[in-house]
Amino acid sequence: MTETRIRTIDGRALAIRGDDIDTDRIIPARFLKEITFENMGKYVFHDVRFDESGGRKPHPFNEAANEGACLLFVNANFGCGSSREHAPQALYRWGIRAIVGVSFGEIFAGNSEMLGMPTATASAETIAALQDAAETAPATEWTLSLESMTVSGGGLELPVHLAENRRKALLEGYWDSTATLVTNAALVEQVAARLPYMHGYD
Amino acid sequence: MAKNTLYDKVWDAHIVTRLPTGQYQLFIGLHLVHEVTTPQACDMLRERGLRVAYPERTVGTMDHIIPTDSRERPYADAQAEAMMAALERNTREFGIPLLDYGSGRQGIVHVIGPELGLVHPGMTVACGDSHTATHGAFGTLAFGIGTSQVRDVLATQCLSIAPLKVRRIEVGGTLGTGVTAKDVILHIIHELGVQGGIGYAYEYAGAVFETMSMEGRMTVCNMSIEGGARAGYVNPDQTTFDYLAGREYAPKGDAWERALRHWQSVASGADAEYDDVVELSGGDIEPRVTWGVNPGQSVAVGEPLPDPALLPAGERETAELAYAHMKLEPGQRMTDLAIDVAFIGSCTNSRISDLRAAAEIAKGRRVAPGVKALVVPGSQQVLKQAREEGLDRIFTDADFEWRDAGCSMCLGMNPDKLVGDQICASTSNRNFIGRQGSPTGRTLLMSPAMAAAAAVEGRVIDVRGLD
Ligand code: SF4
Repeated sequence: MTETRIRTIDGRALAIRGDDIDTDRIIPARFLKEITFENMGKYVFHDVRFDESGGRKPHPFNEAANEGACLLFVNANFGCGSSREHAPQALYRWGIRAIVGVSFGEIFAGNSEMLGMPTATASAETIAALQDAAETAPATEWTLSLESMTVSGGGLELPVHLAENRRKALLEGYWDSTATLVTNAALVEQVAARLPYMHGYD
Repeated sequence: MAKNTLYDKVWDAHIVTRLPTGQYQLFIGLHLVHEVTTPQACDMLRERGLRVAYPERTVGTMDHIIPTDSRERPYADAQAEAMMAALERNTREFGIPLLDYGSGRQGIVHVIGPELGLVHPGMTVACGDSHTATHGAFGTLAFGIGTSQVRDVLATQCLSIAPLKVRRIEVGGTLGTGVTAKDVILHIIHELGVQGGIGYAYEYAGAVFETMSMEGRMTVCNMSIEGGARAGYVNPDQTTFDYLAGREYAPKGDAWERALRHWQSVASGADAEYDDVVELSGGDIEPRVTWGVNPGQSVAVGEPLPDPALLPAGERETAELAYAHMKLEPGQRMTDLAIDVAFIGSCTNSRISDLRAAAEIAKGRRVAPGVKALVVPGSQQVLKQAREEGLDRIFTDADFEWRDAGCSMCLGMNPDKLVGDQICASTSNRNFIGRQGSPTGRTLLMSPAMAAAAAVEGRVIDVRGLD
């Protein structure tokens, strides 16, 4: 059993603004051709960060002040679209360890959890306050606490939400699902034996 | 909470246990794998010294990265070759059957699963691809999963997953001429929004679905995720059973009779309760085209494009972004728009009935000058059948390119890509920025007949008005 309990995520934050930021924008499909996740951090938001000749465009992930940030504040339906785990992997490998947003694409949120990267939600007002604060004072140190379910920093302390099962998985170190699932192999066999299609409907 | 729906019955039958996190460990009856998500998942298995728990419930094929013009190995693209080699190595090492090119059964995972009869009513299905809901057309619970979950399913044949709510979407009445399954799902997503389905499984019901073919149902279920729903399904009925009868992996003889009884029992009961019910009228649906950068941004083909100021606050910003990217103006009509490329294919619309619908338009006509038009069958079997029906000739006579099976221009992972800001009339499922391989490319989602009509006219046109 993995014993990586995640209670708080501490560090600087950056904001990505806009609803419905899909996984193709987080990581364009052409970068999915690599057979390991190793380089994904370099490609995060590639097509909005770089122009066609590779020159840097103004983008929060390009700003020196945001280097080393580990919290990301986003708006609604962030990570909608494909099931590519490359999207949370790209953010994670860039250095992001937790995301706070109005809402998330479901598969994206699940994939993020499997990396131990919480996707907490908050009201649109809370997010606006967090994004403003992170943009005006990028040096602010923030704490996302999964125990108190708050995000605090720069004099703010605001409530966030995370589905109880996700919160528990992170707090208790069960987010590595393979390790948990493997322990129930005997029960799995019983269920398989009960399912008609598993034995030719006899 | 929903009660006695197909969702409830199938979910309950597959619960292994409740996990300490409160999520459920759910058994997966069929796991489809492909070249994009398996390399990392198999590496993770090796790192942990794990084996594939049920290799016989796992089936692999290749679709996303394979070129559709030349199958010559090694592929010109070294990364694609490496990915393919990894799939071959991994399936061999872990004992997973691989339906590769030589098998004659290769194709897009969501096309081959159904056509081989691998997907049965009452099953749970998982695949490392978000369009896995396609298989819900058979009355299954089918989930698109990420790479780490692919690892979970390979290692344990299970998913750790939270229950969903169930929304019944009832589309009554009948569809008008020229209105297809694609238009139905674009209409549903437009009505309920791209986020509307978050937390739900969609049950598609009502007269429109009862009379819809299996291939149409697959088109609808396929795009559930574009409406935010993790899964979507249609209750199994005679149409489902007729489709399955005689397929390679469908039960035969006595087993067929027993299977039928089981399949009938998994459909939602007459007394089923839902978390939400939405009623729509089939007669209101017209052929639709997307104009924006998410599948919810669509209009009936003749309708003027919406004024962002009149949209709900939450949609305004995305609409403005869409107008800027698409280089379109509010009030404009899609029928004014010239296209550069037409793509007929993808797991949404690459089955034989889709190709027949496109061929009917292409027959005796020609692709407009300056337009590149591709027809990409979803599988080798679809390709074979299309050839037997002479559809390939109809297309090539009309100057459409006729390709081998794969995902092709649905996503920019293989040589079929848009160039610059080309406009593409596409039968695929996503119009996200950059989706078709060019960061400035512009995608218009529509039905196969509409895409074929756009190809021959050189612009978007209401297929019902084609003379
Ligand atoms: S056709 Fe497109 S959506 Fe379907 S599996 Fe292939 S890439 Fe994914």
